[in-house]
Amino acid sequence: MKFLNHLTFGQYVPADSLVHRLDPRCKILAVLVVLTGIFLARHILVFAAWGGLLFSLAVLSHLPFRLVLRSAKPVLILVFFTAFIHVFFTDGTPLLEIGFITITREGVSGAVYMGLRLLFLVLFASFLTLTTKPMELSDGLERLFSPFVRFGFPAHELAMMMTIALRFIPTLLDETDRIMKAQLARGAAFDRGNLWKRLKAFLPVLIPLFVIVFQRAEDLATAMEARCYRGGEGRTRMHPLVWRTGDTLGALCVLAIVAGLIVGDRSFLS
Amino acid sequence: MSITVDGLSHTYHPGTPLETLALDDVSLECGSGEWLSVVGHTGSGKSTLAQHLNGILFPERGTVSVDGMEVKEKSARLRDVRRAVGLVFQYPEQQLFAENVLEEISFAPRNWGIPESRIPALASSALSLTGLDETYLPRSPFHLSGGEKRKVAIASVLAGEPSYLVLDEPTAGLDSWSRRELVSLLVRLKGEGLGIILVTHDLDIALQHSDSILMLDRGRCIIMDTPRKVMEHLQEHPAPGLHLPEIAALSASLRNADPGAPLTWDWKELKRWVVTRTVAAHPHLPGGDS
Amino acid sequence: MKTDSKTVCELRDVTYVYPGEASGRVPGGASGQEPPEASGAVSTGRRPALSGVTLRVQEGEWLALLGSNGSGKSTLAKHLNALLTPTQGDCTVFGLSTKDLNNVFAIRSAVSMVFQNPENQIVGTVVEEDAAFGPENQGLPTEEIVLRVENALRAAGLLAKRKKPTYTLSGGEKQRLAVAGALAMDTPCLVLDEPTAMLDPQGRRELLDVLRSLHEGGKTIVSITHRLEEILRCDRAVVLVEGRIAWEGSIPGLFAHSDSFRKWGLDAPPLVSLWKELRAETDLPLPEIPTLTAMTDSLCRLL
Repeated sequence: MKFLNHLTFGQYVPADSLVHRLDPRCKILAVLVVLTGIFLARHILVFAAWGGLLFSLAVLSHLPFRLVLRSAKPVLILVFFTAFIHVFFTDGTPLLEIGFITITREGVSGAVYMGLRLLFLVLFASFLTLTTKPMELSDGLERLFSPFVRFGFPAHELAMMMTIALRFIPTLLDETDRIMKAQLARGAAFDRGNLWKRLKAFLPVLIPLFVIVFQRAEDLATAMEARCYRGGEGRTRMHPLVWRTGDTLGALCVLAIVAGLIVGDRSFLS
Repeated sequence: MSITVDGLSHTYHPGTPLETLALDDVSLECGSGEWLSVVGHTGSGKSTLAQHLNGILFPERGTVSVDGMEVKEKSARLRDVRRAVGLVFQYPEQQLFAENVLEEISFAPRNWGIPESRIPALASSALSLTGLDETYLPRSPFHLSGGEKRKVAIASVLAGEPSYLVLDEPTAGLDSWSRRELVSLLVRLKGEGLGIILVTHDLDIALQHSDSILMLDRGRCIIMDTPRKVMEHLQEHPAPGLHLPEIAALSASLRNADPGAPLTWDWKELKRWVVTRTVAAHPHLPGGDS
Repeated sequence: MKTDSKTVCELRDVTYVYPGEASGRVPGGASGQEPPEASGAVSTGRRPALSGVTLRVQEGEWLALLGSNGSGKSTLAKHLNALLTPTQGDCTVFGLSTKDLNNVFAIRSAVSMVFQNPENQIVGTVVEEDAAFGPENQGLPTEEIVLRVENALRAAGLLAKRKKPTYTLSGGEKQRLAVAGALAMDTPCLVLDEPTAMLDPQGRRELLDVLRSLHEGGKTIVSITHRLEEILRCDRAVVLVEGRIAWEGSIPGLFAHSDSFRKWGLDAPPLVSLWKELRAETDLPLPEIPTLTAMTDSLCRLL
């Protein structure tokens, strides 16, 4: 078994679906709208509606719902931690008192809402990366940020950095795995002693990893230069982003649903 | 005293769509002072096998034992196993981390709890085995050449005083000169009583120096026998991704034309035969027929 | 090789000293206390990495650049693509000087490079996206890029894997992808810097097969290697020793000089040793170039 399994969070799952074919810019904007909507959600019923939306999107993109839910796994701890803080550290009407710990009504409801909000934020955000190729995503971001280039915003550079980072994540995970094993074979112990000792035990893994990363970065820079790379200027694309009517419709749909949910939340339910 | 593997199987990512059977019922034995080569093309399970030999990976089925200690996940003797079996990974120079060569080589002995007083002597003797002298000890491992880095990495494993040395493609990326130096180091270590297990796709080295060769294909053992037998087998059943060294291939072709030709990987032996054979047959020199 | 062929790249009396070696420009022999480490990094020595190299690469030829590690062959290769420019002397590609920054783009569109480590030259996360990186930088129209990527991947035998993530490729496939990335730029000349050094025998064979068919298709190729067994199909060889050209000529001519291999830091593979001694000791009719097929043919004919 490997020490490090490949990250499941946000890994692109290829499929031929309506959602996959949407322009990444449309999807990024839609996710931003959805995230705003989630932040404004107040009523538990509205969260149910968000769940319904997520489910229908999963069906639309031919992704198993289980897979979408699983992408929240890495942040579950964060969700529980936030909820936990809310439960114990919110003032209000006491529900239960055990010694010096008081659990309040506001605390419990705050915990549930914050937990749900975070959960849905992550689920929708990872939905974006599940249905969008990394390259498309960085292209989309580059294009969305291009109006700010005139103010000195490095849109192309950031997008290129993102692409390269994504490209090297699997390689570096393999490398880390191999170096850990090599040091283990030389008697390193990663699971012994106190926290400080354990952290120190990782130095023989981290230092070689840094050396490798710098070497790779240097080689890659040379290779890119040799392939005529000179920044974003004058660069064309094999798969240029094309904004179609479908994208406008999709974006409007999402906008309408989110607006509807917010209005419903504010006027009928509260 | 030996490393014994019996009926070893290993599956990667069990229970997922990526499930692959990396090793399927593999058995081997390598004693002290013996040289066993494990050959096979990329993806045949060679590296997986190597990592089982010192408790980096654990058997799913079957057993691995080192000098009578069984290699198991929770075994109390796991560290003894790792100490007894030195494992040199592919591109071992990538594991270097210390500020000087002495520190680098002291890493393993220190981890194994060898008394501090013995370590400097151990480090310089391990280093000199690889052909580098003591002037290297205070130097930074990062400022050495590629070949020197690899030697330091191998010395850092040798300094742990292993009884067996398992090497995963140790010649990859080396030029032919460094490659030859490395092979002669292994021959010397074997002479000093170390058991050598060489994982490689370099059949040339395997045929020339091994006592026995284990050939893997998609996790299964195709043959485990003496180099000569393995070569005969390869000649009759060419394996994908494993090509006979040129001299061996040439001698095999000559043998098809003349059954008296030797089946060999040694060019000198082949030369001798060609010279005697052609001088005997063609005092006047050749016509065209075969 | 055509006789009336054009010059692709030309180096005239090129000397190159790596920066940060201010005391440099000491002629090779003067730095006697350097350890003669065979697999050394070039950049540590005080002697120039290249000194007085004059070389012409002809259109359509397959040139082998031989030398041990530290002989300056990678430094030379980087001159052909304007990644390095001469400290002294001139380097031109299709008549354009590599020293003029305005020429760099045109030069890199004429000479593409493949490097040693397959992992470190792949930019894209998907096979076809990586192959498209060069043409995208060249600013070509979309349809042209698609066409070129398809042709390049076909030539490199990777068309079936075009949609695969790059990290799922084997080492040999990654190196062929690097070749495809260079081919997609449609450069007349391809320079490969020890492309097989990190590959297994299978990957090495497949890469050489790709190069052979490219050569037959008229591509100018410069392969850098220290493996004699990889140059048997080349048209011409140049041997570099300590930054200088030690020998230059045809492949049969190179093998006729097999006595100098050791002096040049080249290691003769066993088949070459057999061929060499048989030639020295007998007058058997042996091939000019000791490939396995040629040797098998001529020896079998004698039996």
